Amino acid sequence: MNYEPVIGLEIHAELLTVSKNFCACSANFGQEPNTSVCPVCLGLPGVLPVLNKKAVEYSLRTAVSLDCRIPSRSIFARKNYFYPDMPKDYQISQYEQPLAVCGHLKIMVGGRERDIAIERVHLEEDTGKLFHEIPGSSDSASWIDFNRAGIPLLEIVTEPELRSGKEAKLFMAKLRQILTYIGVCDGNMEEGSLRCDANVSLRRVGEQTLGTKTEVKNVNSFRFLQRALEYEIDRQRKVLEEGGRVVQETRLWDAAAGVTQPMRSKEEAHDYRYFPEPDLVPLVVEESWAAGIKAALPELPDQKRERFVERYQLPDYDAGILTSTRELADYFESCLQFYPQAKTVSNWILGELLRELKGSAAGVGACPVPPQNLAGLLRLIANGVISGKIGKAVFQEMYERGLSAETIIQKRGLTQITDTADLTIIVDRVIADNPEPAAAYRAGSERTFGFLVGQVMKASRGRANPKLTNQILRERLKQK
Amino acid sequence: MEQTPKLTVADVEYVANLARLSLTDEEKQSLTEELARILAYIEKLNQLDTAEIPPTSHVLSLSNVLREDKVAPSLRREVALENAPQAEAELFKVPKIIE
Ligand SMILES: [Zn+2]
Repeated sequence: MNYEPVIGLEIHAELLTVSKNFCACSANFGQEPNTSVCPVCLGLPGVLPVLNKKAVEYSLRTAVSLDCRIPSRSIFARKNYFYPDMPKDYQISQYEQPLAVCGHLKIMVGGRERDIAIERVHLEEDTGKLFHEIPGSSDSASWIDFNRAGIPLLEIVTEPELRSGKEAKLFMAKLRQILTYIGVCDGNMEEGSLRCDANVSLRRVGEQTLGTKTEVKNVNSFRFLQRALEYEIDRQRKVLEEGGRVVQETRLWDAAAGVTQPMRSKEEAHDYRYFPEPDLVPLVVEESWAAGIKAALPELPDQKRERFVERYQLPDYDAGILTSTRELADYFESCLQFYPQAKTVSNWILGELLRELKGSAAGVGACPVPPQNLAGLLRLIANGVISGKIGKAVFQEMYERGLSAETIIQKRGLTQITDTADLTIIVDRVIADNPEPAAAYRAGSERTFGFLVGQVMKASRGRANPKLTNQILRERLKQK
Repeated sequence: MEQTPKLTVADVEYVANLARLSLTDEEKQSLTEELARILAYIEKLNQLDTAEIPPTSHVLSLSNVLREDKVAPSLRREVALENAPQAEAELFKVPKIIE
């Protein structure tokens, strides 16, 4: 039997505001526990939440980036549940009339474009952080830090249109790229500022109705998202093939064991009894507001990639990597201001720079080789002051010590030998020291020529100009 | 058109459980009757034709009450934890949630 996986994602993104969504407490990470709390976010009686304008703007920025329709009016709702991560016993969210609906996000899957529909985007608040054990206590209890409670949280829900763990991963990666490009979320999945739950079910190929789904939670990286979904799809397939039925449940991904397991907490049938939040008045987004946000939007990853291909005549592969983060793309374009050879700059960024950054394009902002220094190095190579090979060693030292190429080359006497007389002395010595290979070359062995070039390079500590070396070496070998 | 909504003890138990209320059998019985009467009363509203009336989401005719994204001082932690039934190690402490 052939089954088709049906996957929908529910993504939560913490917005990069400085204060919380409904109160003026700081929304910064890493503060001492329970020091960023106030009567509003602790749910004390008689307080009034007031919506953060920036959180709305960030939400709208996301909505227009995802090509959503933004209804003129949206409202907030109370989602009621008893769980100590929310001190109010409800979460302020949106239910009917969310901020944005009907969006799209294009992803490339195996060279094919897939357009994934987004059902809704709505603004809510994050919950507190629970601990089930703390150092120094053997009590059977749970502990709570409410610093995170009330931080603006954007929920993005896709239609169930993803068909594999890989597609889900690609979708998340693309969404993360956009959220970080537009500066609304730091996109850190490990630290939980970007989170993803997945609804998964299987159905027979060709069938329209959806099978029973499970919800997979606790996935904190792209890699785990793919692996968790592949495991869960496989598990459901086995259940169905053995004639069993999938049980609708929440399952947690266990990264260490590589499996999903039913959530062990007392889970009750969810009945959130949403109702309009009486403390918050409706949000009205006039067309002009949304249009202003759209006009001020930075260039999105796909647009930038296309521009890089067209304007700089780069291969799509290069453009894709260079635009993987906004920081890297900016770095590339800054280099071009000092050294306008796009493909050369691209080669050095893709090769040397990313190797030093260990593939993490995010680190480029704090990179010890600023664009003008990389450009300076490339100019020295282009002018023949140093060879490309030495350039790579120089780059490494530039990265390690934060120095310019000129400084390193001067200090270490690495300038290329382009003087014919100087080079002839080295060549003659190499020929004298290697009588057998020299004789073999003269007897017609072209292979030994390469060996002799290598010897000249070695003798000059790589400083010999390669073109000139070839020329002089051939001449001197002819002359016996 | 008038119809008394059916309400059972099980409904009352369900709602009570959602609201974390523990009720005696007598309370469940009497609340079932009371709630049924209240619902029957509210049911009268269904006699009105509301097809053309947008649902009210807020009683005030205001919109977009927003604050600037600015930080103001929070509570001191001792004050924040002062009224908590239990606190330990700078954290609020509650009965264990995961078995
Ligand atoms: Zn607060």
